[in-house]
Amino acid sequence: MAEWKEEVTRVAGTDLAIIKGGRGKPLLVLHEELGHPGWLNWHDEMAQDRTLIIPIQPGMGNSPRVEDIKNVHHLGLFYGWMLRELGLAPIDVLGFSFGGWTAAEMATADSRLFHKMVLVAPMGIRPPDGELMDVFTVTIGHQLSSTVHDREATPEYESLYGGGERSASRMEAFEDARTETARLAWEPILNNPSLPFFLKSVKDLPVQLIWGREDQVVPVSAGTAYKNALANTEVRLAVFDHCGHRPEIEQRDQFLKTVREFLA
Amino acid sequence: MFVMYFTERPYREVPEEEIIRSRSFFGTPNKFFDHEVGARLYNEYLDEAVYAEELGFDGVMLNEHHGTPFCMGGVMDVEAAILARITKKVRIVLLGNPLPIVKNPVRLAEELATIDLISHGRLVPGWVRGAGSEQVFHNANPAYNREYFNEAHDLVLACWTRPGPFRWEGKHFTYRFVNPWTLPYQKPRPPIWIPGIISGETVTWCAERKYPYIGLGTSLHLTVDLWNLYGKVAADHGYQAGSENFGYLQQIHVADTEEEAQEQGKASLFGGGGANFSRPEWTLPPGYNSKEANRRLFQSASDYGFLGITSDTLARSREEVSPEERARRRAERRQGDTRHRLQRGEIGIEEAKAKIMANYGKAQAGMQIIIGTPKSLLPKLRLIMEVLRPGVLGLFQAQGPLTKEQRLNSMKLMGQEILPELREYAKELGIVDPFEREPGTRPFVSGTKYEPLVDWEALKRAPKRDESVRV
Repeated sequence: MAEWKEEVTRVAGTDLAIIKGGRGKPLLVLHEELGHPGWLNWHDEMAQDRTLIIPIQPGMGNSPRVEDIKNVHHLGLFYGWMLRELGLAPIDVLGFSFGGWTAAEMATADSRLFHKMVLVAPMGIRPPDGELMDVFTVTIGHQLSSTVHDREATPEYESLYGGGERSASRMEAFEDARTETARLAWEPILNNPSLPFFLKSVKDLPVQLIWGREDQVVPVSAGTAYKNALANTEVRLAVFDHCGHRPEIEQRDQFLKTVREFLA
Repeated sequence: MFVMYFTERPYREVPEEEIIRSRSFFGTPNKFFDHEVGARLYNEYLDEAVYAEELGFDGVMLNEHHGTPFCMGGVMDVEAAILARITKKVRIVLLGNPLPIVKNPVRLAEELATIDLISHGRLVPGWVRGAGSEQVFHNANPAYNREYFNEAHDLVLACWTRPGPFRWEGKHFTYRFVNPWTLPYQKPRPPIWIPGIISGETVTWCAERKYPYIGLGTSLHLTVDLWNLYGKVAADHGYQAGSENFGYLQQIHVADTEEEAQEQGKASLFGGGGANFSRPEWTLPPGYNSKEANRRLFQSASDYGFLGITSDTLARSREEVSPEERARRRAERRQGDTRHRLQRGEIGIEEAKAKIMANYGKAQAGMQIIIGTPKSLLPKLRLIMEVLRPGVLGLFQAQGPLTKEQRLNSMKLMGQEILPELREYAKELGIVDPFEREPGTRPFVSGTKYEPLVDWEALKRAPKRDESVRV
């Protein structure tokens, strides 16, 4: 198992918890809306030849809230500042769901922050067909279980967020994450109507979009919307069958192969 | 002693099965709303307020909820404006405007001032954070709930008391020209009361501002602690709190005979009663609770996994229970709640209703609702007055599908037989209301102990309440 550790660093005007693990060329990983789901098998495999750098979003886990980050574009600006200050830019980025949206916002602000960008079922654009799931009006349990298409076929689902019995501290962490996500993206509901317009400014940044065909959280039609918006750069969309919102655990081999080939 | 009449103004003709199946009044599809019924009920409720005045109540209280047949007061200020004109003496007590969902506090300041003017100074505004479902309904970011509340409160007060025009550049509200022409009739501003349900944060906030705090039917054993917290904060701020700083709302139903009262009173558990006000995912949208409140909640609720926090769990989180009791409850819960058992077809709707009605006795034993004749009711109301010494007492007409005649008869008995007795008790117990003695006007002498605000001896006679039962 690859070694990883979490450290709180003073960067970009705040204390920020960052998980770092693996070896090789750095890869920025932006986690989803419930927080960092734990070090999973895909992390372990990717960490064989990449150094994963996973900042914990301000307001979640051990990263204190930054009041001046008021929306997802601000969050993108913040991470850009972080990358520059840590001397990590340009870097490859892999963003999941809310984290994917954040990466897209970063690219609109300064696409030179990244070499290549992988977005896994990013929020941020209203899908032309279906609706973004309103994660703010469901229970945590419902939110979590909606992320996978076939729970029986996805044993790693049980390991998410530490798995097992949910302790009071775990519930608090979930609620902190939900609160922070609501603070930034309650309205418009988990999207930025201006994002498609500004994504047209992205040039010379190859983008890989990955989606599960049965995604209940961000319908797969949003993948086409992203692809169309990224009209001025190289972009490809991979849609996995029998897969929901978590390709990294539902179709891990296919996910790793797609990401590795793209980043190679 | 200030006694006020209150009703949620329920839409009483909604199919009960809908509510029981979804375990929620909030979110009942509005295809069940009939405009003829709605028109009739709004007018009936206005007539009730006029009748309350005739009966000698000092005030009529209104409240506001949205998207629910539980309470039709979605636009409470419109009802209040009508009452301002069609009543003559009663104070119009609004408990309260949900400030976080208002989104335009200057407009609210104008509305309330208009009501105060038309009524010649009979308005008592009060403000709330709003239930979680209100934030969902009006799309108010729950992560900023308390910040919205605080800033809207400050802005409304500024509208009323700060000479305009001025600019307001807050965190959440920006106005370039605040100069409302319409200002309240009452000077320097209308009195402000704040209702609440066992939130230490709200009680502290009220005490710091000398606002009377109105407990909404909360258990006496928990409410006394809040009163004491208020008293301590008041002393820290240099004043002695008293009955003028407190109010209490009690749901009751009165009838001519005990048998009639008991039969009619079952309506209060219609649809599961207040326990089914809204589902957990709407009750607690993200950020609605403070971090501290969440911590208290989850330390109690973690046994239940992460399936969501039910209203029962919410209530239970406030109790101290032994590990054995917790284990027993966990096992009980794992059997599945009524809604899920209904969905699975394990029980029918009649069985679900019977399960709800099984709480009827407990609800009365714990005084969540008081049902009876004036004679049997009065000792219980007196006990509340002895324990809590509230300067303001709200009599809350029972919920559910009572007929118009049953409601009016209950009101008549309240007015003719209960009100005079309550006033006598108040005299005997030395209870004064916020109009007889202005809250915060008695200085607290530093280094002394503040006067007791509750009667601990009387509390010993108060029944223990099962907090999982809500009416």
